[in-house]
Amino acid sequence: MRLRILDSGHSFGTKALFAFIQMVSRQPVLDVVKLVSYRSDFYGKPMSRVTQEAMRGPSAWSIADRELMAAFIASTNQCEFCTKAHTAVAQRAYGDGGSVSAALSDLDPAKIPEPLRATLCMLRKLTREHAVSADDMRSVLAAGASRQQIEDALAVCFSFNVIGRLADAFEFLVPGPDAFEAGAKYLLARGYR
Amino acid sequence: MSDIKEARNALLKRILEGPGEAAPSDRQAAFTLNGLRGPLRPLIDKVANRAFAVTEEDIAAAKASGLSEDQVFEIVVSAAIGQANRQYEAALEALVTATGKE
Repeated sequence: MRLRILDSGHSFGTKALFAFIQMVSRQPVLDVVKLVSYRSDFYGKPMSRVTQEAMRGPSAWSIADRELMAAFIASTNQCEFCTKAHTAVAQRAYGDGGSVSAALSDLDPAKIPEPLRATLCMLRKLTREHAVSADDMRSVLAAGASRQQIEDALAVCFSFNVIGRLADAFEFLVPGPDAFEAGAKYLLARGYR
Repeated sequence: MSDIKEARNALLKRILEGPGEAAPSDRQAAFTLNGLRGPLRPLIDKVANRAFAVTEEDIAAAKASGLSEDQVFEIVVSAAIGQANRQYEAALEALVTATGKE
């Protein structure tokens, strides 16, 4: 973590909570947790409310679909921490690691439903080029995604275009797979609150 | 997701207008990528456009310009949210154009 305050500048109570989490999970506290816990009234609490709504609020997309979008956006942004973290959540949510790998590597039409595949393509363009056209949106609609589904996917994209930038700018430590598995279990059980 | 608009507006209002260590004008400049002070420009441009390329030196240069770690934290957060927000709003506008309704 590039800022000392984000690594060890938390209040006594927060540090005690981190020690408890570490003892129970037997895993290091993830840097994303340290970030949202630091002066949480500024960023952590208002951002977590947005992300909870995007990732766990009512939507025609499943939780697994939205976690896949998060991993896909992170991969497009070349953010290693978020790609690994949300790949682990998506794989656990789908119960099928193969589909997640297929989506992240080549968007294979044989393995990914067309509305989701077209939505992922649009999110990739938006994330890479910072813009999409009305024709791009018409393509997603023609593939079978509803207008509301597109809006919901854009909310996921907003959240992970914020979080990925911060993970890289502050240089989150990328832990081993066990820590991401523990994180995935937590996010599926408790969400982003 | 009817609450997403309200939650996003609350986030933007908090980081741009709420109390903080960095001047609101610096947070606003980072959010909009407009009017940035010299030493901050390379860091904030990278956060917005290629965050994977941010280095220790970029953060060190911002601190060497006289900013505290809390100020750097707030300014980087503002830049990340600003870029994500521009993309989100541009995409919603494209969707409205495509569907012809709000």
